[in-house]
Amino acid sequence: MSSVKAPVEKFRLGMLLGDTRYRSTTVQVIAFIIFVAVVFWLVDNTVKNLALLGKDVDFSYLWMRAGYDINQRLIPYTNDSTHGRAALVGILNTLLVAFIGCIVATILGVFVGILRLSKNWIVAKLMSVYIEGFRNIPILLWIVMIFALLTEFTPAPKAFKGADPEASMIFFQSTAITNRGAYFPSPIWGEGSMYLLIIFAVSLAAIFFFRRYAKKLQEETGKNLPKFWISLAIFFVPTTLFYFLLGSPITLEYPYLKGFNFKDGLYVRNSFIALTLALSLYTSAFIGEIVRSGILAISKGQTEAASSLGLRPGRIMNLIILPQALRVIVPPMISNYLNLTKNSSLAIAVGYMDVRGTLGGITLNQTGRELESMLLLMGFYLCVSLIVSAIINYFNRSFQIKGM
Amino acid sequence: MKKSLFLSVAAIVGFTAGVAAAGTLDDTIARGHVKCGVSTGSPGFSGVDDSGKNVGFDVDYCRALAAAIFNDPMAVKFTPLSSSVRFTALASGEVDILARNTTWTYSRDTDLKQTFLGVTYYDGQGFMAKTSLGVSSTLELDGATICIQVGTTTELNLADYFKANGMTYEPLPTSDNAESKQQYLAGACDAYTTDASALHGTRINMENPDDHIVLPEIVSKEPLGPLVRHGDDQWADVGRWVLNALVIAEEKGITSANIDSFADSKDAEIHRLLGTGDDDMMAMMGMPKDGMYNAIKHVGNYGEIFERNLGATSGINIERGVNNSWTNGGILYSPPFR
Ligand SMILES: N[C@@H](CCC(=O)N[C@@H](CS)C(=O)NCC(=O)O)C(=O)O
Repeated sequence: MSSVKAPVEKFRLGMLLGDTRYRSTTVQVIAFIIFVAVVFWLVDNTVKNLALLGKDVDFSYLWMRAGYDINQRLIPYTNDSTHGRAALVGILNTLLVAFIGCIVATILGVFVGILRLSKNWIVAKLMSVYIEGFRNIPILLWIVMIFALLTEFTPAPKAFKGADPEASMIFFQSTAITNRGAYFPSPIWGEGSMYLLIIFAVSLAAIFFFRRYAKKLQEETGKNLPKFWISLAIFFVPTTLFYFLLGSPITLEYPYLKGFNFKDGLYVRNSFIALTLALSLYTSAFIGEIVRSGILAISKGQTEAASSLGLRPGRIMNLIILPQALRVIVPPMISNYLNLTKNSSLAIAVGYMDVRGTLGGITLNQTGRELESMLLLMGFYLCVSLIVSAIINYFNRSFQIKGM
Repeated sequence: MKKSLFLSVAAIVGFTAGVAAAGTLDDTIARGHVKCGVSTGSPGFSGVDDSGKNVGFDVDYCRALAAAIFNDPMAVKFTPLSSSVRFTALASGEVDILARNTTWTYSRDTDLKQTFLGVTYYDGQGFMAKTSLGVSSTLELDGATICIQVGTTTELNLADYFKANGMTYEPLPTSDNAESKQQYLAGACDAYTTDASALHGTRINMENPDDHIVLPEIVSKEPLGPLVRHGDDQWADVGRWVLNALVIAEEKGITSANIDSFADSKDAEIHRLLGTGDDDMMAMMGMPKDGMYNAIKHVGNYGEIFERNLGATSGINIERGVNNSWTNGGILYSPPFR
């Protein structure tokens, strides 16, 4: 056996670019050096410019008294709290809008996407109008317009006053819709409500295990249990039963008019409604298109095969099409969720106090710490984006075809 | 056209090297116009007239400055700035001077690194409400929703005032005067609070001014004046002394109409001020000898500017009150021009 000896190649500098084995590394190293140089230049320039202005980079303002009030607070906050806490209040407000916005946008988007494929001409066309309308008009206009509609066409709290008021509460006197927002009854957690919550959580777990069991049963024996009705029963019956057994521990607190505004109850501000609604509607148009394209990506043969097996259209959609379409749908959803979150920074247009409004707005302005506040803001949005992508990617993995 | 905060910050981060430091006057002369930041719209203080020209009390101060430097009151580029971006715009060099009903406060002076040039208007914070609301005092506003503009002293005073009086309120933050007004008119807030002067101007411009009242309480001191960045004393001197010159002119009875009749006045200070004597006082800060003459000639003295924009002729009808020369019972008092 004779081995062929590879010719020993001498390394020449020119090979760094000429040789495909080295070229990509070379390019990356050069790009990296340029990147570091630019970052260095920016940092250096910033420090120099700030020094010229007599400013330094200092984050200690976050521990100083804020001095301003915030209307919507998910955690206790007063004007004696710190700027850091004001930022936190803003962060929670941003997350609230983003979270609810994403859920509503997904639900609406899935409906719109499926209905746009409807065989009913009017429904399909209506959905096209919906999608094109929301997609092609800037989000800021939607936010401002919905807010304007909410404030201009609803009664002021004053209108609820008097013996013969111009406006009255709805849903058995429990809910007031005003030009400042909606007031709903809010729950009061009395004694024993803890047990009730535990029972409710146990019911949810029971539903989960029941569904797993039902699926297994169907796979093994072909027996199909009425899953929906049994789940519904587990959801309601034990909790309702124990609610009365425990002597109605949870009661409702109704909003009532006092002075200039309604007191008590759950107050959902118009700024929140307008922002969340506009973001959801806008984003749902994009999600609708993604859902549609996901469904269209599944070949028609599958639908035909399923219907020749005697499955009804609803079941074909739920059992055959959607599970496969999800693989196409989920990845682009990330960017829509992220867009919604980032677009929520338009909140100041309607006076919603998100993190851009507290940290990046009032705090920045009152303390003059532009650079620090902007860096923190960018850091926050970056973190949220990375976390959201990580979560969706995790889910995405479970939808993909295994072993591929 | 509002300036994006992000762009202004980006400007600080790197794209303009050395905005501050000395030489703003030289840069301005080389450029040929003054870069002046004004508000996006506050009746009487800053606005745009039918022909598209910037007008107002704050605007006229910048025009006087331009007239002093260039002998041309139109050599100004006005940048409308909302309350929350104004300081960033000044710090980043977007504008070189702010004349934007801005309150002179300790922390703005020190921590925000601004140099205030004086006071053009002694103001205080007030509240406006609809007559139909039936309130006659700020102390009756417990529990009310109140419209404010973000990034102002207003929102801090509001918090202090309500706390001091054991009352609560719900803030409805907006980003400019127009938006506050709209929210207020739609009834989304019960009262609108800002500097009393701006309230008067806003009220007069409402469809039915009589449907609204400005409540009697003034809850803060708001000395409004022009300001520049820290770090350029020459530029600050120019701005400060143009303002002083307008005040001295009123004190001495010099107006845009009669200014030429002072050519043979016996008052030496007038000649120093107008550059009609032998001494070239203005050279001390690198300005043309007849700079103050041009400012007064083109724009008028402090009293004329006040009358034109805020007084009876303007329709806003604000009394001079404390904003009168000390010789007329007010507190406007300029150091001597010597
Ligand atoms: N003087 C206060 C308030 C200044 C302020 O923002 N005033 C309002 C009152 S109308 C304004 O100028 N708005 C015009 C605008 O939004 O540009 C401060 O310096 O913080």
